[in-house]
Amino acid sequence: MSRSRLLPLTGIAAALAAWQIAIMLRPSLIPGPIAVARGIGELAVRGLLVKYVVASLFRVTWGYLAALVIAIPLGLLLGMGRIGEMAANPILQILRPISPLAWIPIAILWFGVGDVSAIFLIFLAALLPMTVATMNAVHNIDPVHLAAARNFGIPLRARMRDVLIPAILPQLIVAMRIALGVAWLVVVAAEMIAVNSGLGFLIVDARNAGNRYDLVVAGMVLIGLVGIVLDLLMRRLERLDSVRWGYASE
Amino acid sequence: MKVQFSDVSMRFGAMEVLQHITLGAEEGEFLCIVGPSGCGKSTLLNIAGGFLAPGSGSVTIDGEPVTAPDRRRIFVFQERGVFPWLTVEGNIGFGLFDMDEAGREARVAQYIDLVGLKGFEKSYPRELSGGMKQRVEVARALAVNPDVLFLDEPFGALDSITRLQMRSELLRIWRAERKTVLFVTHDIEESVQLADRVVVMSARPGRIRRVVDIDIPHPRDLSSRRYIELRDLIFGEIGLAHQV
Amino acid sequence: MKNRDHHRDTEGTEGSLSVSSVPLWFQRFLMPLITAAIGIIIWSIAVKASGTKIFPTPTAVAKAITTLAEKSLLWHYIADSLTRVFAGYFAAILIGIPLGFLLGWYAPLARAINPLIQMLRPISPLAWMPLAVIWFGVSNAAPIFLIFLASLFPIIVAAMNGVRNVPPMYLQAGRNFGLSTPQLMRRVMIPAVLPRIIVGLRLAFGIAWVVLVAAEMIAVDSGLGYLIIDARNAGKRYDLVVAGMLMIGLIGLLLDTAIRRVEVWISD
Repeated sequence: MSRSRLLPLTGIAAALAAWQIAIMLRPSLIPGPIAVARGIGELAVRGLLVKYVVASLFRVTWGYLAALVIAIPLGLLLGMGRIGEMAANPILQILRPISPLAWIPIAILWFGVGDVSAIFLIFLAALLPMTVATMNAVHNIDPVHLAAARNFGIPLRARMRDVLIPAILPQLIVAMRIALGVAWLVVVAAEMIAVNSGLGFLIVDARNAGNRYDLVVAGMVLIGLVGIVLDLLMRRLERLDSVRWGYASE
Repeated sequence: MKVQFSDVSMRFGAMEVLQHITLGAEEGEFLCIVGPSGCGKSTLLNIAGGFLAPGSGSVTIDGEPVTAPDRRRIFVFQERGVFPWLTVEGNIGFGLFDMDEAGREARVAQYIDLVGLKGFEKSYPRELSGGMKQRVEVARALAVNPDVLFLDEPFGALDSITRLQMRSELLRIWRAERKTVLFVTHDIEESVQLADRVVVMSARPGRIRRVVDIDIPHPRDLSSRRYIELRDLIFGEIGLAHQV
Repeated sequence: MKNRDHHRDTEGTEGSLSVSSVPLWFQRFLMPLITAAIGIIIWSIAVKASGTKIFPTPTAVAKAITTLAEKSLLWHYIADSLTRVFAGYFAAILIGIPLGFLLGWYAPLARAINPLIQMLRPISPLAWMPLAVIWFGVSNAAPIFLIFLASLFPIIVAAMNGVRNVPPMYLQAGRNFGLSTPQLMRRVMIPAVLPRIIVGLRLAFGIAWVVLVAAEMIAVDSGLGYLIIDARNAGKRYDLVVAGMLMIGLIGLLLDTAIRRVEVWISD
């Protein structure tokens, strides 16, 4: 086993062992790793594992993609036009500290209780950071690139397509990864409050319907795992050749 | 005159950077503009390239006044002008968007060869050294067959050994293509090594102090008496001591 | 070369607070006022045009805020929210910064603990609520714990990266001048690390503020988050809902600006 793998694995093993020992020393409602593993197995057998993960992913996907589709063009527009940015800045700064969950009552008012509300919340959660990040990326473009493009006589639309977008892509992808992380956090929270399926719901339901804390923690573990997978997938994108240049210290 | 500056003056806010610059560059000439930091030489080049409008006066190229950037006169920046998301091929072919595929490939191959980057067609700029990136930029500029090349301290970010090599390379390429070149530098030696004529500018506000003819044939011997004479002449114009 | 690495996980989604070439007073005061005015007008028109009976007009919201303020309920709620967020946040600073320093200084430790951090990070703080209730009961402590958790990770990461990115030449220079390790820490590392950490602290506070509201929606009966949920549940008082949202936004923005001031002051 290579040395670089050894340490992280040791760390994980040590944490699990400590957890198990803590539970055995002081039994409480909280389960140890073994009980949690069994809980995951139970969910798998009952078919709920796949069902809940898919439900959560479904909501995240729709909300996230909807946010991207609006945030990126909007961010481009704002980033390129100074007036637009000055006008939008105050709005963005006010909206940013408001938790997406604070929009729940409005979401319910507009969309009722259910999937659409949750998707709306995720959309909101991802929209703001993506818009701001796109705006910033446009600002951070090295003006030399745009000057060179003008020099070669490239018309405006082609300049945007062939120079602006490739130049901001690295920062955009990082922002997309972060926004996806936020979306994942929010979907779970939204599910705890406003819908009847998904991993967030699992946690709330397992506790309410019988103090099944093994399932509660199983749910948390699953949330963590799916979150990591999503993050890793996005990091893959960062290794594409047309994007790799944008990240220092390779 | 290929490039003609007519009484060009420029100020940024309250600061005068250029005063009454009248200067001409002939077709196929290699003209160096040399001067201390802040003397406005880069500004002058930007005006010639159409990236800045002069406060007063005008620049004409082939008789036409310069009002905007144009592909007939390409600016070569330092190596950061290279697009990092495109390969060497992609960069060099960047300006050739109105050529057919076959033509473009041939032209790109020709210039990769000319600047000595054969074998690196599919490499990305991040994999190249500073000198190589600079060559990509020169190739990119030449590939669109411009009338005039503007170079603004292109070798500034390179180490001194690479700089010497790049100067020979540039001269070799220039002799092959015979474009009109306006080259801005603060390095006096560089100007004497490269130019047909050297325009010596004063400190801010920039004025032309003197235009020196470099009448040494290429390849220039850096130890020859004439070279040292001309170099010292320019040192004197700028007011620098001959000893460290 | 652009300093992208340490910015990757932090500044990317942060907004700049000003555009360079336009006078600051215009941007900071006049423009927001204009935008706010236009926003309020559009809001008003939209509500009237849609004929909704529930969604409040701007005036209704303003009235709601003043009523709350008069009843002094508003101040209680704000005080409660602030107490909770600061308690959780400072606890996270107390634990997160030393921990982050350790992880930044001893790379093997960081490699060992990293998977744990990566695993815990995607888990929404709210998901910890059932466990928090077991540990702390239904009380103020549960939301404070959530806020603590939420702020902890960004603070640890900021401290860790800060230490890692101290240019080695600073430390070499320190050793060269004969500094012992504790002196090295105090006179070289901490000043070098401080500006970067402050940025991370500001972002962590933003997270804490967002999580506060979410936490208050679940297990307590005071605070701005509670106000929002309760206003809806106890009578569809959407004027209070929107009022609550606006106040959350404003207070959050104020606190963020305050921390930015501290950032600027420290870097002098």
